[in-house]
Amino acid sequence: MTAAVANALEARRLPRWAPAATAVAAAALAYIVFALGGVLGGGTVLTVVGAVVFFLAGLALASGIVEGSRAARNRIATALIYSAFTLALLPLVSVVFTLVSKGTARLDAEFFGHSMRNIGPQDNSGGAYHAIIGTLEQVAIATLITVPLGTGGAIYIVEYGRGRLALAIRFFVDVMTGIPSIVAGLFILAFWVLIVSPHLSPDGLPFYSGFAASLALSVLMLPTITRSSEEMLRLVPVALREGAYALGIAKWKTIMRIVLPTALPGIVTGVMLAVARAAGETAPVLLVAGGGAGINFSPFHGLQNSLSIFIYDQAGSASKYAPARAWTAALTLVALVLTLTIAAKLLSRRNKLR
Amino acid sequence: MAKRIEASGISAYYGAFKAIEDINMVIEPKSVTALIGPSGCGKSTFLRSINRMHEVLPGARVEGKLTLDSQDLYGRDVDVTAVRRLIGMVFQRPNPFPTMSIYDNVVSGLRLNGVRKRSALDNACEKALRAANLWNEVHTRLSRPGAGLSGGQQQRLCIARAIAVEPQVVLMDEPCSALDPISTLAIEDLIAELKNQYTIVIVTHNMQQAARVSDRTAFFSIEKTGDPGRLIEVDQTTKIFTNPSVKKTEDYITGRFG
Repeated sequence: MTAAVANALEARRLPRWAPAATAVAAAALAYIVFALGGVLGGGTVLTVVGAVVFFLAGLALASGIVEGSRAARNRIATALIYSAFTLALLPLVSVVFTLVSKGTARLDAEFFGHSMRNIGPQDNSGGAYHAIIGTLEQVAIATLITVPLGTGGAIYIVEYGRGRLALAIRFFVDVMTGIPSIVAGLFILAFWVLIVSPHLSPDGLPFYSGFAASLALSVLMLPTITRSSEEMLRLVPVALREGAYALGIAKWKTIMRIVLPTALPGIVTGVMLAVARAAGETAPVLLVAGGGAGINFSPFHGLQNSLSIFIYDQAGSASKYAPARAWTAALTLVALVLTLTIAAKLLSRRNKLR
Repeated sequence: MAKRIEASGISAYYGAFKAIEDINMVIEPKSVTALIGPSGCGKSTFLRSINRMHEVLPGARVEGKLTLDSQDLYGRDVDVTAVRRLIGMVFQRPNPFPTMSIYDNVVSGLRLNGVRKRSALDNACEKALRAANLWNEVHTRLSRPGAGLSGGQQQRLCIARAIAVEPQVVLMDEPCSALDPISTLAIEDLIAELKNQYTIVIVTHNMQQAARVSDRTAFFSIEKTGDPGRLIEVDQTTKIFTNPSVKKTEDYITGRFG
């Protein structure tokens, strides 16, 4: 009697190794049916898909017989969620793997120390030094322009904006988020390069510049930064603001010293997303900075390259040595964005207390 | 250090909604005044209009005359931040600044109002924490985050933060409602000590608490939902709880309504 009561909450369970064993059996079955048997034409993709289907069916069957239908549904749901996660991770792993395996061929000092000036189709040398300089300068200037404007705009919307003006600004920020990058490039080409730049050059002729690229990138980064900063500022509890006001702290000081620091990690994440997007933009930079093979340290005058243009150029080049350069540049670009993101995360976490 | 507050004809609005109407009362210096009454009767609204925190909400405004030792708090040229420096506030839920250490929390009011000298800040920090009965518990870990303390300690930290700027008046909006009985006792003991120096106004839903800590009690009530809250009577706490002059107060205190 006592034993029956104690067992009332217990149910028969599959052994711990059951899912793994089912997976192995499903893989083996799929291999035999599709890869060896050639059912439905066979092939690797079909084998993998078949294995997953067999696994789900087998697990459902085994669990349904031993554990009952509720447990079976639970196992299927768990398996589906894990599959979805794996599926989502697959492209990421594949991209990283491809970049590393193909990008290391030209990962040498020559690549990081030389430009493409005087490099012909027959030359195995040449590098992306000029492109790295361009990307760093253009993105840095664009960040310098957009971070104060974007966070300032977000502060206005959240802390000061009332009525129609704030609503209108929010609406147009949303509209700006959807601007295709090529349109931003065309806008800067028409506005800055063709109309403004002739007034800045001694000969009165329009000129390309890395700064124009920064402006185009700013148009793209600004709405992203404003939106994400706005969301982060809204997350700061009203109680904190009231606590500061009750101490006789002025509103702007409350915003600068209490609200912004509290929202900082989130704002930094938003900025880094915008930076990552900007660093990968090709079309607007190509339109207004022009590319070019040589090193140009000045972002304010003359052709300037960037890593994304470099990749575009090299990937489309007829030289048999170009693809290796394109892959290494792609690896460099990803590494650059990753490094910047990690650095920004660490910096914003540094003032967090332990 | 303590000043007398006089409210005459105070009404407060949230947009078109009138939350309190025609409040007239005097808050005596160096004493504890408790505001009691059913939910929604405007106690907190009245409290927040004393240090001009009511108008922080969009559309909220206050009418009437409020003076601190005969200085008009709602005068046209009055600097709101100066008013709030004289009249500090402790909120219902502890709200330490999450990015700041215990030390930085306590001195935030001074530092953000321009006090730079380290020795002055150190002194103010120790003095405020001692006054808030928190020094012995935290003095070895002043650089740890304020949000890492227990709820009761956080609330005492917020009291220390409020008194570090040396206000004349301390307003407390249900300061113990989020705390356990032991922390509540600690805060009540603290209130008894603080009244030697400060004028204290406390909103509470706990009538035993009002009876324990306050010298004078004001009873607020509303006729029905949607009506503005009114002050029914204000008197010595012992009188309010033993022999109130208005029937409605007696009904509320004896639990017949509210």
